[in-house]
Amino acid sequence: MTGPKRFSIRRKRVCKFCAEKITYVDYKDGKLLSHFIPERGKILPRRISGVCSVHQRQLSEAIKRARHLAILPFVAD
Amino acid sequence: MRNYEVVFVAAPTLTTEELDAFIQHSQTVVEGKGGKVVKVDNWGKKPLAYKIKRYRDGYYVVLTIEGDGPVIAELERRFRVTDTIIRFISVRMDEDQKRAEKIKALRRRKSPPQQAADSQFDLGSEMIPPAEL
Repeated sequence: MTGPKRFSIRRKRVCKFCAEKITYVDYKDGKLLSHFIPERGKILPRRISGVCSVHQRQLSEAIKRARHLAILPFVAD
Repeated sequence: MRNYEVVFVAAPTLTTEELDAFIQHSQTVVEGKGGKVVKVDNWGKKPLAYKIKRYRDGYYVVLTIEGDGPVIAELERRFRVTDTIIRFISVRMDEDQKRAEKIKALRRRKSPPQQAADSQFDLGSEMIPPAEL
């Protein structure tokens, strides 16, 4: 059977932070973080954004800090 | 000595003079405990993402502080008793900075190809994935 062939259709995932060589995700940068919160204000899962696990962890921490400081909303509607 | 980053949000009802006075005051608090304020970054009045104590905007100020735990503890205590401070956060920066430096150094070593590749792995094998992915 030709099972693994299906994956070739999939787009190559590139972590945005790795591509731009960002070593520290800044919680004060609301503009950057807002790319990773959809309409509802939730944190975008990495299965959709393609962010690597290391940066996703940093990102979620940064988003939570930004929410505390009212830079980002907890809920948006 | 540790590096901290302290961000606080002050009520929009303050005048700029009062805000400056408060920043000055926190600076003396930090110095009184043996710390040092390296940088003061005043963002000015910014809209809040949600209402806090019925306020819709606030003054954002970022302080970069060199000092130890008690400095931050005292500063936070002052923030708590001050009614005009509506939010604050203190983040320890030195460990993250060190980590970031390490990754940058690793990258710099990786890019010129004349360097041997074997020494890189024991130095930070867990640091390699972010650069690779």
